[in-house]
Amino acid sequence: MALIWPGASWPTASLAGIAATVLAWCWAIAPAHAQDAIEVTITVKDHAFNPAQIEIPAGKAVALRVKNLDSSPMEFESKSLRVEKVLTGNGEALINIRPQKPGRYEFFDDFHAATTKGVVVVK
Amino acid sequence: MIAALIIVFREVFEAGLIVGIVLAVTHGVARRGVWISAGVAAGVLGSCVMAAFAGLISQAFAGAGQELVNATVLSIAVVMLTWHNVWMARHGRELAAEFRAAGQAVAAGAKSLFALAVVVCVAVLREGFEVVMFLYGVLASEGASAIEVFAGGVLGLLLGAAVCAATYFGMLNIPQRYLFGVTSFMIAFLAAGMAAQAIGFLEQANVVVALDQTVWDSSWLLSDGSILGRVLRTLIGYNDHPTLMQLAVYGATLAVMFGLMKLMAPPARNHAVIA
Repeated sequence: MALIWPGASWPTASLAGIAATVLAWCWAIAPAHAQDAIEVTITVKDHAFNPAQIEIPAGKAVALRVKNLDSSPMEFESKSLRVEKVLTGNGEALINIRPQKPGRYEFFDDFHAATTKGVVVVK
Repeated sequence: MIAALIIVFREVFEAGLIVGIVLAVTHGVARRGVWISAGVAAGVLGSCVMAAFAGLISQAFAGAGQELVNATVLSIAVVMLTWHNVWMARHGRELAAEFRAAGQAVAAGAKSLFALAVVVCVAVLREGFEVVMFLYGVLASEGASAIEVFAGGVLGLLLGAAVCAATYFGMLNIPQRYLFGVTSFMIAFLAAGMAAQAIGFLEQANVVVALDQTVWDSSWLLSDGSILGRVLRTLIGYNDHPTLMQLAVYGATLAVMFGLMKLMAPPARNHAVIA
């Protein structure tokens, strides 16, 4: 690489460095948090969330397991919960919800935003 | 068809803005077309590969694979943008002087083009992944309406390309003597916004948990999901409810960027020679 682009050695090296650091860091930390959260499961079938409304306690971390039972992909998204995640057809995903203040937090499937909606009610 | 058009356009448009800016930044640099096309092609290919392995990526790292890939890819873009700006602060003036000496410009321009090609690749990859997943879903499952939706998707792609062209030709109207300064600023804010977005993904993955209180909520005024909100999100990293950590990283990226540019700028006596 350095022979072709003498100036590229620095970005190339930092590129590899960043990738390695971020991944190594996450490998170590990510699983630890998932365990102390309350787990809630919702499914998506025929582009509808079930249940479409879930209630969780305020101030508690929640691990929301979303199971996509449709064969087409979807994107679980919530602006207020700061989440966006693509799910494959028949795939599932774990969504981390940080401890929240009481309120209504809407979520939707970004690929079918007009029809596929739900809400997390924090009490 | 309209829904598909909107979904695809919304994704492509952010990549279009960034590619347009990169085209304007590299205006006049020899062989930039090859580099930028290669960046776009790599991004499209990467999107397809990522979509093909979406299930695997998602399950990796205790279910946080997708967030970590996004954060990593954004961090790479931030480094490349920083490197480009610092390199230009150091060599921009001599580069401009050497434009007429074609041979020199090819050699000098290529170093910086590598970094920008990576940025283009990252921009296309990030948005392209969602487009591929969406269109694949339509093709795989929605039967009769598939062709119509697909047509909407293609139209969305074309509109995104139009945004790219509009950004490029718009920026070419900036007088040449200001262009360098303007693009340096744009790139700095682009990078800061991407760094804050990377933090957003790390927060979503529960990797970064410190300073997670919301600093403000301006979604009532300008939602970052609206068209103007998205333009600002791409250009300066506008977020309608950022966390304290995102703001801190945003500020730190700008500070590091401008600090390095100042540090690496050639000594002042060079000004006298050119002026």
